[in-house]
Amino acid sequence: MQTRDQRRALGVLTTAAVLTLSACGSSSTSSSSPAGGGTPQAIGGNVSVWAVWSGTEQKDFQAVLADFNTKTGVTGQFQSKGDQLPTVLGTAIAGGAPPDVAILPQPGLLHDLVKKNALKPIDSVVGDILTSQYAPVWKNLATDSGKTYGVYFKTANKSTVWYNVKSFTDAGITKPPATFDQLLTDMSTLQQSGVTPFAMCGGSGWTLTDWFENVYLRVAGVDKYNQLAAHTIPWTDPTVTTTFQTLSKIFGTDANMVGGKAGAVSTPFPDCVSQAFGSTPKAAMLYEADFVAGVIPTVNSGLAAGTGFNFFPFPSINGSPAAVSAGGDVAVMLKDTPQSEALMKYLASPDAGSIWAHLGGFTSPNKQVNQSVYPDDISRAAAKALVDAGNNAVFDMSDQAPAAFGGTAGSGEWADLQNWVRNTSDIAGTEAKLEADAVAAYGH
Amino acid sequence: MTAVPSAAAPRARPIPEVRTGRPPRRGGVPRSAVVVLFMFPAALLLGAIVVYPAVASVARSLYDKNGNTFVGADNYRTLFGTSDILVAIRNNAIWVIVFPFLVTFLGLVFAVLTERIRWATAFKTVVFMPMAISLFATGVIWRIVYETDPHRGVINSAVGTVVDVIHPPGLYALPNIKPISGVSGAADGSMVSAQTVQPGGTVRLGLTGIPLSAVPPAAQDARAAATVATAISGLVWRDFSPGGHVGTIDPGEKGLPGLHLNLVGADDKTVATTTSGNDGAFRFDGAAAGTYHVALDASNFRTAFGGVNWLGTQSLTPTSSLGTTGQALLTIPLVDLAAIMAMLWMWSGFAMVVIGAGLAALNREVLEAARMDGASELQTFRYITFPLLRPVLIVVFITMIINVLKIFDIILALVPDSAQQQANVIALEMWRIGFGGSPDYGLGSALAVFLFVLVVPVIFVNIRRIRG
Repeated sequence: MQTRDQRRALGVLTTAAVLTLSACGSSSTSSSSPAGGGTPQAIGGNVSVWAVWSGTEQKDFQAVLADFNTKTGVTGQFQSKGDQLPTVLGTAIAGGAPPDVAILPQPGLLHDLVKKNALKPIDSVVGDILTSQYAPVWKNLATDSGKTYGVYFKTANKSTVWYNVKSFTDAGITKPPATFDQLLTDMSTLQQSGVTPFAMCGGSGWTLTDWFENVYLRVAGVDKYNQLAAHTIPWTDPTVTTTFQTLSKIFGTDANMVGGKAGAVSTPFPDCVSQAFGSTPKAAMLYEADFVAGVIPTVNSGLAAGTGFNFFPFPSINGSPAAVSAGGDVAVMLKDTPQSEALMKYLASPDAGSIWAHLGGFTSPNKQVNQSVYPDDISRAAAKALVDAGNNAVFDMSDQAPAAFGGTAGSGEWADLQNWVRNTSDIAGTEAKLEADAVAAYGH
Repeated sequence: MTAVPSAAAPRARPIPEVRTGRPPRRGGVPRSAVVVLFMFPAALLLGAIVVYPAVASVARSLYDKNGNTFVGADNYRTLFGTSDILVAIRNNAIWVIVFPFLVTFLGLVFAVLTERIRWATAFKTVVFMPMAISLFATGVIWRIVYETDPHRGVINSAVGTVVDVIHPPGLYALPNIKPISGVSGAADGSMVSAQTVQPGGTVRLGLTGIPLSAVPPAAQDARAAATVATAISGLVWRDFSPGGHVGTIDPGEKGLPGLHLNLVGADDKTVATTTSGNDGAFRFDGAAAGTYHVALDASNFRTAFGGVNWLGTQSLTPTSSLGTTGQALLTIPLVDLAAIMAMLWMWSGFAMVVIGAGLAALNREVLEAARMDGASELQTFRYITFPLLRPVLIVVFITMIINVLKIFDIILALVPDSAQQQANVIALEMWRIGFGGSPDYGLGSALAVFLFVLVVPVIFVNIRRIRG
């Protein structure tokens, strides 16, 4: 559900209008050779692509398809399905008329479709690109029963803490904190300077899951993280308790958050962005993913990236290595035509990522995308942190969970974490409720 | 349909059989065939869109999430064993108990009043107007009305206006202002110097948690107070600067003007008061020999009314000592009442119009007779109007029970995400489970069937009443 909210946050969710890309460029001479060669070849024809993207994202993706057309002569026919993509796709598969390629907003959907035998494996199509140019997390997430089915194309860095540069300067903080202990010290300094350290968006439950995941990743490490994401260890695990205790150092004190605990749990995203970056900021920091960079200009156009606002990577806890929690959209292939195979190979390549990265609002997980293509320092730094995290990159845990647990307002993890913020001392009760809800949703 | 004779229609009885009775056979088509022919379209439609889905839902509720395995009553056991669903059932119970009664009462009051006042039509129009708005829009409107921030929510704005007149906020109404050097906080919100002081001595009171923007523009740089032989002098200042030290007056640190200070004697009595100057300096002249504390009055720091979180989850009943199930069943969250108020705003106009129609149709002679016999207005209402109106009131009441049992959209639109678990209702939970991110049609159908079972007796009573 984060992906949905981030899109709303970016203000690009308009209507789910179905727009078909008008044919651009005449198809070149057809070629019978398969698309497995080293360089893309002119093969011509059409490939249909469905995704949730609309507005700016749709326009940017069509620029990617235009480049694909120049290189291969294949015309990409894009259709925006909005948030209904999972439903529309399910109906299309049942009706026997799926698109050639779809770009899915949730990793769980990929596995659902594999179970329905709706996807074609891409191991032979993309070759070793996914192992040589991507961190292992991306291939693993797209792998089911030993076969790879997807290419993570568009990703988000969810380990970014945003801060108001002026609030930091006023408090005499010259260097953003790199460790959690330093963060706590800086929070105390910020308080003395008269500014509340954090604006919280707990009214939107998914922001609390992101908080939990970032601390958990640093407290428990990647292996435990993946186990908890798959719910092979319970929510009553000692690492979960440590995580809640660590989180309590921030959430347990009213003065750390705008409006105290009550305010933290009733302020939805993006109201919290106004609290930290509005014309009269009430807070110095805000934790959320890299898309916040796109929201800040909408609440305060006077704040410039870099000098007005900036981010620092989520701090290390007890010497934990640099790690990133990420989200992403995965491209899958539903028909194995030469055209769709060419498109999958192209989307996996640094070429496709570079085009959109240059247009902004996009982070490529491909290590070979040149950092210089990003339009500004902030997006460059966010992308660099994601790629540099390497083996310590994980995928958003709540996005991997069944939606009943990790993606529904007013129930499951969202509500349990909101109730915990209301009463941070009740760690045991919160864990028991999380475990019960997880069992009900995962079915084990 | 008029061609179908209806034995149940009472008016048909006195009329000769020639018109409504059994028609003669025409062209050899049997009467039953005509009946079937005429009923067929309606029966087909009802069967396809009412009967079939209802039966299918009941059947589906006996299967698991994927619909492959027959699980018997398991879904129904889950239904009564899940605290989130119990909360939804409890909330529906609160709605059914509170709302129909209140809306009927309000409708009755409005209907009776509009009979007596001038501009009755205007009044009725205003009260009825919310009916023209969709429930979802009502939810959105009231979400804003209930906003916690008094600058945004009209209710908190009104309450705040009154509260701030009674308890005016101080010049330093900052939630996080804190004493840091030479001074400590007291329980009543005031701050007291850490050391005692005698005439001829000085005190320094350092405060933090004050944003630069909250320091009055007239403030000047703080400087150490000069010693005056017969007076107690001192400084109160913003003891924070980037890289500065706690307790020292670092360059650029501002004095805090306008603070009310009390000189408190050994017997805890205030012997003198003063106000700090633009550089934060203050002086109590002519104090008698003895030891004193200097206190910063609590009124300096009193914060403005911050607003009540009307859509919050705080319980109106003390249930914190109960177990999970007990809490689920007995908590009444404030947000429930807030939502009921929004629903009243919408529906009281409808109740007023229906009851008003009933009032207009009353036999005036009976009322006149009662008044002639010396009954007071209250007695007339209690013994004449109310009994005569009862059928109408019951219609309103029952309609509202049905209305409230299936309540859904106002909760979705009005209640913030963070309180939806506590304000949940059956229809909303059914939708979440049945059509959410990982749909469970089995449990969702079970909830739908449960809701249906709740509504059936009410509908049955209603039909019986209509039949007379």
